[in-house]
Amino acid sequence: MSIEAREARQPWILLSPTLTVITLLLIVPVLFIVVYSFWLRTSVGDVQPGFYLDNWADTLTDRFYRDILLTTLRIAAITTVVCALMGYPAAYFIARAKSNKALLLLLLMLPFWISYIIRTMSWIYILGTNGALNTALQWLGITAEPIQMLYNETTVILGLVHFLLPFMVLNVYVSLDGVDETLEDAAGSLGATKWQSFLQVTLPLSLPGLAAGSLLCFVLGAGTYITPAVLGGPRDAMFANLVYEAIIIQLNWPLGAALSLLLLAVLGALVMIYNHFLGLGQLMKGLG
Amino acid sequence: MDNTTRYQRLLERYQNGDLDRRSFLGLIGAAGLAYGVQTPFARYANAQEVTQVRFDGWGGIVSEAFREHAFAPYTAATGIEVVDGTFGGGDEYLARVRTSQPGEYNIAHLSGVFDYARYHNLGLSVELNEANIPNLQLCIPALSDAFRAISGGSLSCVPYDYGTTGIAYNRAYISDEEAQAQGAGLLINPDYTGKIGGWADWRTRIWYGALQTGQDPNNITDIEAVWDAVRQHRDLALRYWTSGAELMSLMAEEEIHVTEAWSGRIFALQEQGHDIGYIDPPNGFGWQECLFVIAGSPMEACEELLNFMLEPATSIAVAEGQNYPPALDPTQVDLGDKIPTLPAFDPTGTLSGLTFANPDYWNGNEQEWSETFSRVQRGY
Repeated sequence: MSIEAREARQPWILLSPTLTVITLLLIVPVLFIVVYSFWLRTSVGDVQPGFYLDNWADTLTDRFYRDILLTTLRIAAITTVVCALMGYPAAYFIARAKSNKALLLLLLMLPFWISYIIRTMSWIYILGTNGALNTALQWLGITAEPIQMLYNETTVILGLVHFLLPFMVLNVYVSLDGVDETLEDAAGSLGATKWQSFLQVTLPLSLPGLAAGSLLCFVLGAGTYITPAVLGGPRDAMFANLVYEAIIIQLNWPLGAALSLLLLAVLGALVMIYNHFLGLGQLMKGLG
Repeated sequence: MDNTTRYQRLLERYQNGDLDRRSFLGLIGAAGLAYGVQTPFARYANAQEVTQVRFDGWGGIVSEAFREHAFAPYTAATGIEVVDGTFGGGDEYLARVRTSQPGEYNIAHLSGVFDYARYHNLGLSVELNEANIPNLQLCIPALSDAFRAISGGSLSCVPYDYGTTGIAYNRAYISDEEAQAQGAGLLINPDYTGKIGGWADWRTRIWYGALQTGQDPNNITDIEAVWDAVRQHRDLALRYWTSGAELMSLMAEEEIHVTEAWSGRIFALQEQGHDIGYIDPPNGFGWQECLFVIAGSPMEACEELLNFMLEPATSIAVAEGQNYPPALDPTQVDLGDKIPTLPAFDPTGTLSGLTFANPDYWNGNEQEWSETFSRVQRGY
């Protein structure tokens, strides 16, 4: 074998363990789900193998699924915007901190040490009728009666922001940290105010990080199941909740498979669009 | 020594006062559990020591009762870890069982006759040898008969306890008289908008929808009226709770003032000092729980476990812990002082005062109603 041929094979040999794991744990299960989506549920909750388009017809034409999907995308979009508005200043502060940067980054990572479910449920004890906020408001005399704050779409978005904000801050921080501060000084020396130099120099240079953070927040937010289940009211549901109900409650695994593939396709399309315009490299930097 | 002899000797020691109740319950309960979780491979690996056992139940105070009266003392005495599995609902657990290997799950504390029917229809049932479970004779016949009707006369479970899903209300805001007068209508009373709760279970929602529209839950003639009632409740409700623990938290924290509720959970709240009333409206939702043996389990060992779990001393201890009356027939067995005070307790042993779900009827409508409820819940 020639040296060129050996060198050409080496990356594949090195990658083979990873590719094997990805194939077995990701691609094969997804293929199973694809197959399942063409089966049918029997009257007793078992599955009937075959090639039926019923689940796909329901998934793609039923207004119910379309509406919940749009609601899911709307909630994910609002969450992403809130995360961006809150996350950018925090990331800017950390990136421009003269000292204690490591401590600030550690604090940013701190929530990841606590279970996502526990973090989500903590809001019940903050916003509940007898929760910390209501108790404080009444103690301060601001309100006479507890305010009903829990179990609505706003608390779902609040829970999602709580969950996703660190992802946004990290991505923006990575981007801002790479911006040469002397560029702002240069803009200042040319007569730009601080606000102008931020708007015309820093912000454009940090946009890839903001976009990467937004993509992460949006995709993770749109695929969440726990937050609406814990903090939502009777009507509040996102698309992943429908998948859960189809599979667990209704024992309709074929329909659940079709629904999950639809969500995967929609979110996958968004990632593709992002990749087309900005590339996934920035995302990897943020994750790294 | 065979298992029966070992259990009998333990029982004799307990009855003679040589063994305290905790140790007794722990030893035999966990021993039975150890048998219950054997896999078929264990038959071929007799030399292998059991290091873990598994039992799946409802969690919360129910699991606490099992842990207190069986698991913890067992682990302390034997060093064998009891894997105390829990589930939030029968649907979720069934999904887990279906994706497991035969023998991975053995005995489950299932709720509702319709769950029994679903497991049976999916080929997950077994045929118990009742001769190996003599304590079954001590159970209320009506409870066993409901299961026999589904599986052609044989049993894949033993009945274990029963209860109701009635209406719980905070007496600081709703009087006993008002609750009695309104019954199921209390759950759709606009005066309590935003302070009403409900179980996120399609069966319960439809059952109460039937009651609110004056229909027989086991023979609904106008399902559209029921859906309208479900919608009405949805629009007034703050939250659909998804577990007994959440139900207790919502009521205790006064997040909601009225909801349907599981009788045992509300009794537990009352024991904790919360001023919460509980009523079973006419045709209130009665249910029973069983210890179901799942296909692929070692039969003889499971049957011995079931027989032990039905031993009055064991059964009563667990019932007192979880606040649901045991399946033991009160006309045959002295159930002590606490159990007759539990909600839903029937001193006659006939259960004629409770309405149970007709499994054929409910399972026959399961697919359509569960899917429709998913839509109605979301505003359709």
